[in-house]
Parts: sequence; C-alpha cells; structure tokens
Amino acid sequence: MTARSAATIASLVVLCGSLACTSFYEIPIETPIQPKMDVSGFSRVLVAGFLGGGTDDVDANLETVRLLRSQLRSKSSLRVVEAEVLPLAELAAKQGQASGDSNGVAASPGGAADGQQSTAQASTELRIQNEKDLERFQSIFADVAFWKKLGEEYQNPLIVTGTVLFTPHRDAGMVMQEREWYDQFGRRRVTPVRTYMERKGFILTPKFIFIDGRTGATLYSEQFREEVLYNAQQNTPALSTYFELMDKLIPSFLNALSTQKIRGTRVLLK
Amino acid sequence: MIFRAIVVSAALLVSASAAYARDARSEAKSQVEFGIRMAQNQLWKEAAYRWQKAVDIDPTYAAAWNNLAIAYEQQGDFENAAKAYEKAVELEPDNLMIRQNYDLFKEINDRTKRRNDR
Repeated sequence: MTARSAATIASLVVLCGSLACTSFYEIPIETPIQPKMDVSGFSRVLVAGFLGGGTDDVDANLETVRLLRSQLRSKSSLRVVEAEVLPLAELAAKQGQASGDSNGVAASPGGAADGQQSTAQASTELRIQNEKDLERFQSIFADVAFWKKLGEEYQNPLIVTGTVLFTPHRDAGMVMQEREWYDQFGRRRVTPVRTYMERKGFILTPKFIFIDGRTGATLYSEQFREEVLYNAQQNTPALSTYFELMDKLIPSFLNALSTQKIRGTRVLLK
Repeated sequence: MIFRAIVVSAALLVSASAAYARDARSEAKSQVEFGIRMAQNQLWKEAAYRWQKAVDIDPTYAAAWNNLAIAYEQQGDFENAAKAYEKAVELEPDNLMIRQNYDLFKEINDRTKRRNDR
C-alpha cells in the first residue's frame, strides 16, 4: 500500500466518522417577503402606461404594460383592468403646452410649417433617449388631477405607471474567461484567463410608480437598474434582452403589492 | 472524615449534574428529531413548536437553535430567525452548516431591509 492510498483511506475514515456524528437534512424552504404597500383598499389595478425610451428597437411603453399586466393577472389578487395603453409622453407634452411649460416639452409652432414637417418635429421632440430627455416629461407624475380623473374613469383602481429606459451599451476591457483544455491523461481542465473583449448589450432602468386612483397621489415608487453585456459578435435581439432583464426585476415589482416567496434550501441538524 | 464526606458529596453532585445534562440533551434531541420529521412533511408550525421546546429544555443545543431559526425564516418572522441563528452561531461558531444557513438568511434579510429603508 502506498503512502498516497493510505492517506486516502484515512481521510475517508475521518469523513465517515464525522458524517456519522453529525446528522443533517437538506430541506427546501420558501421565505415569504411581506409586500411594501398595503393594497387592501383596492380591488383593481390599472397598468396605465410608461414614459419609455432609450432604443427604437423595443417599444418600452407597450412591452412593459403588456408584461406587467400578464404578471399581475397570474401573480396578484387584484383584478387587472384591460384598457388602452396611455401614450404618456404625448400626454405629458400636451399638458406642457396647455400650461405653457417652458421646459422644452413639445410646443409645436402652430401653422408655421407644413403638416408632415410638424409631425416629424413633434415625434423628434417626443423621443426619449436618456435620463435628461425623461426629465422633460416627469412632471406628469405629480399631476394629481390627471391621475384622479383617470382613476374615476376606471372605478378608482391602483394605478401603475413610471418610466422605462432601455438603452444600448458598449464596453471594452479585460474580462475573466474560462479556457477549456485537456491534460495528458485526457481529463478536462478549465483555467481562468484574462482576455481583452469588446462587448455590447443593454441597460434597463425602470422606475415603477404606484398611484392611488381615488386621490391621484403617489403611494410608492421604486427604481431599478439591470444591465447585460454580450460578446460583440453575438447577435441577441433587443426584445429578448429586454425580457431577460425584466425577468430579474419582476419579483421585486410584484413584491410591492403582494407577498413573494424566495425559494431556497437550508440544512436541518440533529 | 468530614473532608471525605465533602469530596464524596461533591463527586455525587458533579455526576448528577452531568447525568441531568445528558438527560436534558437526549430529551431535547428527541424533540429535534420529531421536529425534523414535521418539517419534512411541511408542518412547519409543529416543527417550530418542537424546536422551541428543545431549546427550552437544553438552551446550549446549537442544532435546535439552528432548526428553530429555519422555521422562523420559513414563517417570515425575520426578527426571531436572526436571534435564533445568532444563538446557534454563538454556541457553535465553527459549525459550517449553521454558518451557511445564517449567511443565506442574512442575504435575504439584508436585501429586504435595504428595500424597506429606500
């Protein structure tokens, strides 16, 4: 018997001994996380619309409304109101015009240019590409009368709105990668290697705002940030990246309204 | 003579208390085992009751505190779960399984706290 095999046997004996002394049982658990808002006063929820932007590849307003409605239908006790998705940027721009807002929100010059030109100009002015563009429209969330009126239209639901920026992102630098190789005995080995890489992807920054449809007042709001980067050669559709990132945020969004359970495992000891 | 009597009675006292501790641990252990069976059948309230009983009988039983913490966690009672985990870690600081359970719990607890503070 070689010294090596003797050591192996000895360590096995020690391991068996220690396992015999400590009995343990792995058990799945579900940790409940209490909701952050009390929604007991509401029986319905209206996902109204979002100020969306960042890229033209995904209609962030429409996709977010669709996704949140479907999630709320299956994972919350509130009845989801089916309504037209609000073009919130347009409405905010109109409000800005009506109140003579000088913050630069779409004040199209009346009758100065031809129809086509003014439409093109209006759509450029409504385009949201970054945080700064969003700021021009944000005042709509503080417009209590607007949300109260919307609430009255749909029998005083809890209103979900906010902003969604989904922006393309590029990055280059050193990253750790795993290099796979086989040794002289044909065994698979993996070694971490630092490599220079160009990567591209998206950053998703949604802000969810919950408004009381009875009063128009904001009850709660929460902002998130998620990003993903792929190899620059990889061609991932923007929409699937959007869903990939939203998937990570959905539990947190739902936890604002309802108890969520985090699944995990723990070890029971004897 | 008196000295001998003192020594004998001290020895008796020590052996009696050791026997009492052994009894307490074996009684607590049977509660822990029963609790484990309950938890495996998803009867978490009963399990928590048994483990609470175990730590009442033997407050130095780290495994019972660990299990009790898990039961509190499963029921969403984070405050008591934290206290029970801390007690288990205090009793057996080198027990990697207790430490791992506690770390997983802390991750969830800290995240929840951060979000509530926001």
